[in-house]
Amino acid sequence: MNSATKLAVSLACAVLLAAVAALSIGHAADSNREAAGHGDAGAVTLTPQHRLVFRSTAQGSRGRLASVATAHPGGRRAVAPLSCTRLYAAGGTGLCLRLDGTLATYQLVILDAQLKEVRAIPLVGVPNRARVSPSGRLVAWTVFVTGDSYNGGKFSTRVGILDTRTQELVPTLEDWKVTVDGKPYRAADLNFWGVTFTADDRGFYATMSTHGHRYLVRGDLARHTVTTVRENVECPSLSPDGTRIAFKSAIGGDPDRGWRPAVLDLDTLRVTRLAETRNIDDQPAWLDDRTVAYALPRGREQPGHSDIWQVPADGSARARLLVRDAESPAALG
Amino acid sequence: MGARVYLSTIGLRAQAGQAPARTPGLKAVGTNVLALGAVSLATDISAEMVTAVLPLYFVVTLHLTPAAYGVIDGLYTGATALLRLVGGYLADRTRRRKATAGAGYALSAVAKLGLLAAGGSAPALGAVLVADRAGKGLRTAPRDALIALSVPEQALGRAFGVHRAMDSLGAFAGPLAALGILALAGGATAEGFDALFVTSFCVAALGLVVLATVVTDHREPRPAAGSVSPGAAAALLGDPAVRRLLGAAAVLGAATIGDGFVYLLLLREQGLATGWFPMLAVGTSLAYLLLAAPLGALADRWGRAPMVLAGYAALLVVYVLLSASAGLPLTVLALALYGMFYAATDGVLMALAAPVLPPALRTTGLALVQSAQALAYVLSSVGFGLAWHHWGATAATRAAAGAVLLAIAVTTVLLLRPTPKEPAA
Repeated sequence: MNSATKLAVSLACAVLLAAVAALSIGHAADSNREAAGHGDAGAVTLTPQHRLVFRSTAQGSRGRLASVATAHPGGRRAVAPLSCTRLYAAGGTGLCLRLDGTLATYQLVILDAQLKEVRAIPLVGVPNRARVSPSGRLVAWTVFVTGDSYNGGKFSTRVGILDTRTQELVPTLEDWKVTVDGKPYRAADLNFWGVTFTADDRGFYATMSTHGHRYLVRGDLARHTVTTVRENVECPSLSPDGTRIAFKSAIGGDPDRGWRPAVLDLDTLRVTRLAETRNIDDQPAWLDDRTVAYALPRGREQPGHSDIWQVPADGSARARLLVRDAESPAALG
Repeated sequence: MGARVYLSTIGLRAQAGQAPARTPGLKAVGTNVLALGAVSLATDISAEMVTAVLPLYFVVTLHLTPAAYGVIDGLYTGATALLRLVGGYLADRTRRRKATAGAGYALSAVAKLGLLAAGGSAPALGAVLVADRAGKGLRTAPRDALIALSVPEQALGRAFGVHRAMDSLGAFAGPLAALGILALAGGATAEGFDALFVTSFCVAALGLVVLATVVTDHREPRPAAGSVSPGAAAALLGDPAVRRLLGAAAVLGAATIGDGFVYLLLLREQGLATGWFPMLAVGTSLAYLLLAAPLGALADRWGRAPMVLAGYAALLVVYVLLSASAGLPLTVLALALYGMFYAATDGVLMALAAPVLPPALRTTGLALVQSAQALAYVLSSVGFGLAWHHWGATAATRAAAGAVLLAIAVTTVLLLRPTPKEPAA
């Protein structure tokens, strides 16, 4: 090839590649625009009303906050014009974690029962867990903080808690007084995630990792203390009656092998494995005192699509599909 | 072929005694280095636009947890050191440096499409990321050898400096490109990420086209039987000059504690909001890309070993600043010095190494130097993590500063020892 031919070949390649890139971006923009036109204001409210709210993953309403009647989960879904990447609601308060504009930064939005924004707080890192206390007063979130490509990919997680009544903000638990197995503990590598609140708006449970161990901890918001309860309990979720914790249990204590849902009795510390054989990587949510729900991604065939499944909390029966094309379940009332 | 004629002209001028440092502008480094720089620029834009949003993609779209991400990321690191040696040896053995580097670039480009194909499967994603890293490992040493062959020896520092500047410009532009594409695509949705990965592949493929059409290979006749063999590569270690070089690279690598630690300590000591974290890396790479070419050119005049030592002196100041509580101006100074440290050492070390290595095994030798530094660096990062844990941040940083001081002393002895002049390779 002489240099003129080479130049022509290079230019042709460049034009072709640019066209492919432009087409793919245009296609994405079209389907995102289509999804953005969905939702009715007022269609969804967060008052206790025997409904299940969730994040829709259906084509056309992807990312929208939606709800169905608990008694007819397969029935018509109401879709709100609000988009969240993760959400939760309880006691008339909603917590929506979402992208802030098109820049890759996040904000958390506190919603009232009519989905009106009460307060928005910028987040550093990628949010992946959201919880509201049963009364609706406290909200908690977990962000996944990475540095950048230069830091060797080390990650850490950080928990934030906000009291929506006093507006008091706990930006991180890492400087709280930590007790491990009854002894005071200090370490630089503390990571917290997956908060769940007790009914008194003072206590909570969460996961704490340090030195390769992952603990269930109990926290006290008044005294700023966390105390370990048991090892290998991740993403806890307290039952409405406050006696049990649903969580994802690492198979053989090794997260590399995946997780299964399980329930811990707080009195006896006995663990019941639930009848689910697939890998569950979600913070479970209780539908009532007998049933646990969680999202299950459809996986590689349909990335971005999830379904909500339910399973009895006593391990007695297999998991059943609850809502198709949905994730981030929260039972209202 | 225009490029080759041009390069040989430079060679002649250099041989005629004209100092290349006085040749104005970028022309002194020649078309081939600029073309290789353009390939790196495109590849780095492509790589960094994916790296910048990968945590976002994993967690938001695929709903992987941090722990799963950590497992995948663990595979990611450490896959390159061995492959650098393989790439270097292969390039020397076949004398096809361009083809070896090209295979590495192609592997990383195809990996971008692999991200689409892997969908939400964590093992498949892990495999794709390892392939991407393997491509990087494979291409680095042959590419550096091509740079070294493309310019006369006196201009090596400038050539590597220009290349590293273009390379880090890519790293700088990548995250911005990613944000732009997600904005154009209407958001960080599954469709938006798909468009991002396709675009990333297209940019990497464009780099490959430039490599194929503009970059000229330097293919000497096949090496004489036995001159490129595992035995001969091992015999490199018998050469005292090579041993000193490897020793210096390892000592210097061992004195470096890792960017993550530096940025974390800056955040902690200066009381900056965590939102500044990504900005710290941006500040460093800005200083790096601005200083790489001028410091490379300066190294050609001053001597490359003194420049590497000056770079480590800058690192010493950075570590000292880390252990002192200081205000924002000193943080900015620390970042500028940190970028200067990279600018004065990364490319310059290659420029320092190339002439010392025998031509037949130059690529293998460059890979050895890079691997020695990288492995020592991994160990020192682990060590620093432990020191931080057991002694606390202040004592650990002081120890790190002490280690740099020691490394400078040892390296001075190794690199500046008056020796009979090495025959130019």
